[in-house]
Amino acid sequence: MLYTLLIDPFTLGFMRRALAGCLALSLAAPPLGVFLTIRRMSLTADVLQHGILPGVAIGAIFGGLSIWWMGAGGLLAGVVVAVLAAAISRATEGREDSGFAGVYLLALAAGVALATRQRGIDLAHLLFGSVLAVDNAALVLMASVASLALIGLALIWRGLVLESLDPLFLRAIGQGRAGVAFHAFFMLLVVLCVVGGFAALGTLMSVGLMMLPAIAARHWSARLSGQVGASVVIALASSTLGLLLSFHANLPAGPAILLVAGGVWLASVAFGPEESVRARIAMRSRD
Amino acid sequence: MVGCVVGAVSLVLHDVACRHRHKLVIEGVSATFGPGLSAIAGANGAGKTTLLRAIAGLHPLASGRVAGNENPALLGFLPQRTDIDRRFPLSCRDFAALGTWSRTGAVSAIPVAESERIAAAFIRMGIADLADRPIARLSSGQFQRLMFARLIVQDTPIMLLDEPFTAVDAATESVLIDQLLAWRDEGRVVVAVLHDHDMIRAFFPHTLLLGRGPAEFGASGGVLAVEHRFPRSAA
Repeated sequence: MLYTLLIDPFTLGFMRRALAGCLALSLAAPPLGVFLTIRRMSLTADVLQHGILPGVAIGAIFGGLSIWWMGAGGLLAGVVVAVLAAAISRATEGREDSGFAGVYLLALAAGVALATRQRGIDLAHLLFGSVLAVDNAALVLMASVASLALIGLALIWRGLVLESLDPLFLRAIGQGRAGVAFHAFFMLLVVLCVVGGFAALGTLMSVGLMMLPAIAARHWSARLSGQVGASVVIALASSTLGLLLSFHANLPAGPAILLVAGGVWLASVAFGPEESVRARIAMRSRD
Repeated sequence: MVGCVVGAVSLVLHDVACRHRHKLVIEGVSATFGPGLSAIAGANGAGKTTLLRAIAGLHPLASGRVAGNENPALLGFLPQRTDIDRRFPLSCRDFAALGTWSRTGAVSAIPVAESERIAAAFIRMGIADLADRPIARLSSGQFQRLMFARLIVQDTPIMLLDEPFTAVDAATESVLIDQLLAWRDEGRVVVAVLHDHDMIRAFFPHTLLLGRGPAEFGASGGVLAVEHRFPRSAA
């Protein structure tokens, strides 16, 4: 019974490919999400995931349904939107939400319009992902993106910590330009991971595997390393259970994985050891 | 132990002017900060923080020049506490370790000598037992001691401090003053923005006083006495 429920689905090739791809992304994306949440850039991630859609659609128009063309289009659009978002943040001095809303609504509308014009694109698959879409090429894309993101993050880790925590310190020791470079490289890694996830998870859900485990992890540790570790564990579990849910309940992969991750987040808000509802009640009853 | 004796370094300000939000807040400031303790004093809005940031290379000069601040790796800068995100999930030890940046860079491991330097700085600041605590769980006094520990780890010949004693408890204040005196004895240039004139008279031989009139620079006793006369002559 348990075997049928948990193991049987993964005897199928397409489920194994989807699992491998999602586990790879689960290693790389959530640590980036932890930095995004710490830097209060969760909204930026939202803008990015909508922003890549027109790029993916344009890629499909030029190169057909090739994952590499769609990925390249998405990457290019993601970089453009990331730069645009940074410009909006700077121009509005942090009051960026309305500018961001404008960008992502426009990008979503343009993306959907472009994708519907293109024959052969299943809009629902593009937006919400499909397990069946993870062919060998998509798996290679996901694995490459995950590897690049992990190595890249390792290289900029200390700089990113310092740049997030105390950018003034970097400027004071004459490393202000390096700080900007760390930030730009970090955003590039975020875009890469969002693009890497779109085949399996869909463009609208791809950021979810990055953000939901990250915001859940805040309730499990007060340390950066602890939060990063917790976010990866949550993402790995959500990917596995989510794909099973997708298989048994016949749901698209993206929403299924995010439902599990979202459930973990809610449970963490309620019961996690750090800044959770339970921790607050315990603290109040101690006073 | 920390404590390299630093050679003859000094900061020289020549006729410096700075704008803050397009308004000229500092004008015609000349001063020489040599080894030892110097204060920058003046009323709120007189441009003390702006000037300190200008010396640190963080704020452009409208005119004039500063000599002695050319190499940012030789400058230690203590900002006002509000500039740092205290909720960042980092331990005190890791926070202080960022002070080694000029020597260790972005990727290489922190050498043993640096770890020992960090441990020694924590002992001097009396926060050795807090090394593993997240910075979010420090009192404001403890956090200021940690900021000083990072400066000790940076080990720079010039220290620029923006209101180092604001909102710290008395015990912390005396630990920090001891550190300033240690830096003085090691021959470092220490320039602090301060409000408390009694504190300045007690520990800082030289003061740069900013105000509505021309800036005054000289022995603290004389400069601060001028300020008491100033409002009357302006009225």
